[in-house]
Amino acid sequence: MTDTKTASTPQWGMVIDLDLCTGCEACVVACHAENNIRIAGDEQAARGRSVNWIRVERYFEGEFPDVRVRFMPVLCQHCNEAPCEPVCPVFATYHTDEGLNAQVYNRCIGTRYCANNCPYSVRFFNFNDPVWPQPLQNAWNPEVSVRSKGIMEKCTFCIQRIRKAEIAADEENRPVREGDVVPACVQSCPTRAMSFGDMADPSSQVSRLARSERANRLMDDLGTKPKVVYLKGLREG
Amino acid sequence: MSEPSGSNAMTGFSDARINADLLRSVFRTGKWWYVTVAVSGSVMLAAGAAFLYQAYTGIGIAGINRPVYWGFYITNFVFWIGISHAGTLISAILRVTGAQWRRPITRCAEAITVFALMIGALFPIIHLGRPWLFYWLMPYPNERGLWPNFRSPLAWDFFAINTYLTGSSIYLFLPLIPDLAMLRAKSTGVKRKIYSILSLGWRGTPRQWHRLERAVQIMAIIIIPVAVSVHTIVSWDFAMAIQPMWHSTIFGPYFVVGAIFSGIAALIVAMAILRKVFHLEAYLKPVHFNNLGLLLLTMSLLWFYFTFSEYLTGYYGNDPAEMRVFWSKVNGPYSPLFWAMIFCCFIIPVPILAFKKLRTITGTLVASIGIVIGMWLERFLIIVPTLAAPRLPYNWGHYSPRLVEILITVGTVAYFIFLYAVFTKLFPIVAVWEYKEGIRPGEESLTVRESEATAGVTAD
Repeated sequence: MTDTKTASTPQWGMVIDLDLCTGCEACVVACHAENNIRIAGDEQAARGRSVNWIRVERYFEGEFPDVRVRFMPVLCQHCNEAPCEPVCPVFATYHTDEGLNAQVYNRCIGTRYCANNCPYSVRFFNFNDPVWPQPLQNAWNPEVSVRSKGIMEKCTFCIQRIRKAEIAADEENRPVREGDVVPACVQSCPTRAMSFGDMADPSSQVSRLARSERANRLMDDLGTKPKVVYLKGLREG
Repeated sequence: MSEPSGSNAMTGFSDARINADLLRSVFRTGKWWYVTVAVSGSVMLAAGAAFLYQAYTGIGIAGINRPVYWGFYITNFVFWIGISHAGTLISAILRVTGAQWRRPITRCAEAITVFALMIGALFPIIHLGRPWLFYWLMPYPNERGLWPNFRSPLAWDFFAINTYLTGSSIYLFLPLIPDLAMLRAKSTGVKRKIYSILSLGWRGTPRQWHRLERAVQIMAIIIIPVAVSVHTIVSWDFAMAIQPMWHSTIFGPYFVVGAIFSGIAALIVAMAILRKVFHLEAYLKPVHFNNLGLLLLTMSLLWFYFTFSEYLTGYYGNDPAEMRVFWSKVNGPYSPLFWAMIFCCFIIPVPILAFKKLRTITGTLVASIGIVIGMWLERFLIIVPTLAAPRLPYNWGHYSPRLVEILITVGTVAYFIFLYAVFTKLFPIVAVWEYKEGIRPGEESLTVRESEATAGVTAD
């Protein structure tokens, strides 16, 4: 945790256009594959133990037969004033200088206080040791650690991809460019509803979209200052 | 010292009779003592095994889930820390204000504090995902190069509970010293050696008495703010969070009042049992139950006032997230528990405690049992409904405990009974010297006490 924050330190953020989201859940599947997310199984899932770093929340408007469905992908909002951070007694969750809400698995002792204080319910606890039905175990991503029982986990904005891009940029002695970092969910979205980039760079795509009139942040009245921006769904149907 | 105002709370027995009555539990062991220790010890060990099994397989065998990440364990944590307020608040406040009727009940109250704290402090460890790493909350130079996060209320808990446990252990031990010296004089063999070490060379000289009384006075004053701060900090585990119906400014005093409330109730239950099993009818008299009953009545009214204020302001605030939790308690899935709580903590005890005719030993015992149950429900109702209804409706959930949680909960009650039974075997549960001082205040008793303490020593 060296203080390397400079003017050029990126502030990672995401924009999700709710008009474009079809609720296909490709982002959910991509996230599972990329981040070695465990498969809870029917019984554990029914007991509230399923893990989905990103989920598509469905909300219904109107009465049958005139019903409309609204979809909202919800992931860790990487709040700048994250309620989960001050409550952790062992610094397992903290804020990086790149504005990420980081989770250090090895530090976590499993008080679950962070999850209780998260208004977005995006923190997931590993109640048991992970199991994968064969042959899914063979599809593990070698760049992401597998989390043991007793610790908290959540969306990292695909930090392994961020680091990879940063190292590559460093080797070429240049700053990280727009489009160098694409998290798995953003990459897999068929309607390109999601975009990712540096919020500190006013010319980046996310910065431009975040200035849209449709831009709003989920429950930002709580003062959490989320770094995921939603573009309001205006389209009928 | 002036004539004790509450002298009707004392008997006019001789020293020999008092010694015989109050030390009987130490020197004579009945069949039922073995039964109690065996049964409570077995249940305690079963709960210990359940905890080890949970640590081995993962906390997934408990009923907690997403979004209800805290359940029975944290309920028990808050509950036991609450019970621990019996000793300090009764004993310390009554000592500081010089209430004479306190004498036969101080030790039994102080013991509750220490044991309830020992149990309460276990739960934050039991509930951890990786309980074997609990010591990471301690500030010590470590290979991780990290201090604990001093911003976290859980880190405050760690310091608060340790301070309280240390303070209340000293506060329990100090007034034990003269009695330990007496036990030293009256016992033989290994027991004598142990009491001899524990009594720290007590001779009962006027200088020692003077120092002891000063030390007890100082501890009594110190322990009151410590006790208040501990339960305030426990309440801040919730109040510092931003979740609906947790983020409340009155949680500090609300929890302290609830803690004293349940603590007095637990003390009355313990006194009623001790009175029966150790035949202390002449010492723990109706007047003690009457006085504690009045205190309990005050706390019941205060508790209701806080509960009413908390819920009414929440209701008028009409915040949608708050109202969801509010209705789930008042008229939803948690309403049977909510109304049971109101009955147990207010509707049943208040009439019993308000009328002198009903404020008997049986009456206060019935009210107290209700209050202990009601206050456990209160803790549960503060924790679970809030977590079950997070702000995004997509994530609403529910909670029901599993076998391991129930077993550990029952096991800690057994642990409490076990500790208490062992304590009564080793030490007089009524402070003998403090009691005698109440009937014969002044210089004369000092010499009596001195001769008692040195009786065995000179024979060495």
